[in-house]
Amino acid sequence: MVEIGAITRHVTLERSSDIAKHAPLIALAIPHIAHPAIRNRGTIGGSLAYADPAAELPACLVALDGAIDIAGPQGKRSVRAEQFFKGLFETALGTGDVLTAVRFPAATADLRVGFAELARRHGELRHGGTGGRRKGWRQDLERRAAGLFRRRLKLQRVRATQEAALAGGSVDDAVKALDLDPTSDIQATADVKRHLAGVLLRRVASSSLGTYEHVLTSPSR
Amino acid sequence: VNGEAVVETVEPRMTLVDFLRETLGLTGSHVGCEHGVCGACTVRLDGVIVRGCLTLAAQCDGARVETIEGISDTGDIADLQEAFRRRNALQCGFCTPAMLLTAQELLAQGGVPSRDAIREHLAGNYCRCTGYQAIVDAIESVAQARAKG
Repeated sequence: MVEIGAITRHVTLERSSDIAKHAPLIALAIPHIAHPAIRNRGTIGGSLAYADPAAELPACLVALDGAIDIAGPQGKRSVRAEQFFKGLFETALGTGDVLTAVRFPAATADLRVGFAELARRHGELRHGGTGGRRKGWRQDLERRAAGLFRRRLKLQRVRATQEAALAGGSVDDAVKALDLDPTSDIQATADVKRHLAGVLLRRVASSSLGTYEHVLTSPSR
Repeated sequence: VNGEAVVETVEPRMTLVDFLRETLGLTGSHVGCEHGVCGACTVRLDGVIVRGCLTLAAQCDGARVETIEGISDTGDIADLQEAFRRRNALQCGFCTPAMLLTAQELLAQGGVPSRDAIREHLAGNYCRCTGYQAIVDAIESVAQARAKG
């Protein structure tokens, strides 16, 4: 189990050999968070509590099936990441609650992870992104969960049909099965965003099929 | 601030960059977007670069703050400043102090970063004049010169 205290700065995670070894998805995602001057100050707890669906870490925590520890007026409790994020900037945190730590299973030797996102400039809030993990190797895939998230929309996990398609080893089928309903905005139409989601899914699927070293040394930066 | 002890009482919501500019008259740190996007307000806080517009002055109680004025005076970035001048890596100069501080943090990591690595490190600093090419050139040339010693 990996536990990270809420006020741990992004830069600390970026440089941590423990994170690189035991939380490779977090290690891949961190360089995409904003810019050096912001990673020097920003914290994992702050990013999760803010719950911007365009941010990297909320999706990672969902993909990793993590838990979020909260201390509040009624004492301490822990909430699964998927239940913690309720919507745009909306979380399970109530009045007087403080997010204190996050926990998720440590990487095992057979875990494969990938991370990809699209943004107009490196570090900006993304149009779409996906972080994923898969256990096992190719067909003996035990489990695949990906957080697929879009600007201004609720963070979503891929649907069961898509997980099944990936388990069958077909990225094409998984892309077809993407069931997203993005809104058009000033930067991209809904059609463009749906297309980009497919592009990202292909990138993550191909990177997470590679060797552990390959994935670790090939962040899209 | 820049090696001098400063004792001031500040409003709780005053940002670090406003404090530096308005209270201390250190106007080398610029205020652009005021929400962490443009990077013009970049200063050093306890040795690392931060956004002066996203940091409250009150958060800096007991901290060490360095601005372009102090860092320029130390001579630590004289070669970088000269490279910017020589390569025309600035026009209006609005982004330049922050660009220098950001570049210096990358260069301080040692080695000669690739042009892609330089661009990525500067991704948080907007320049509306140069098109960045000359800035990357200047930083690359300093990295090469420093590597040679």
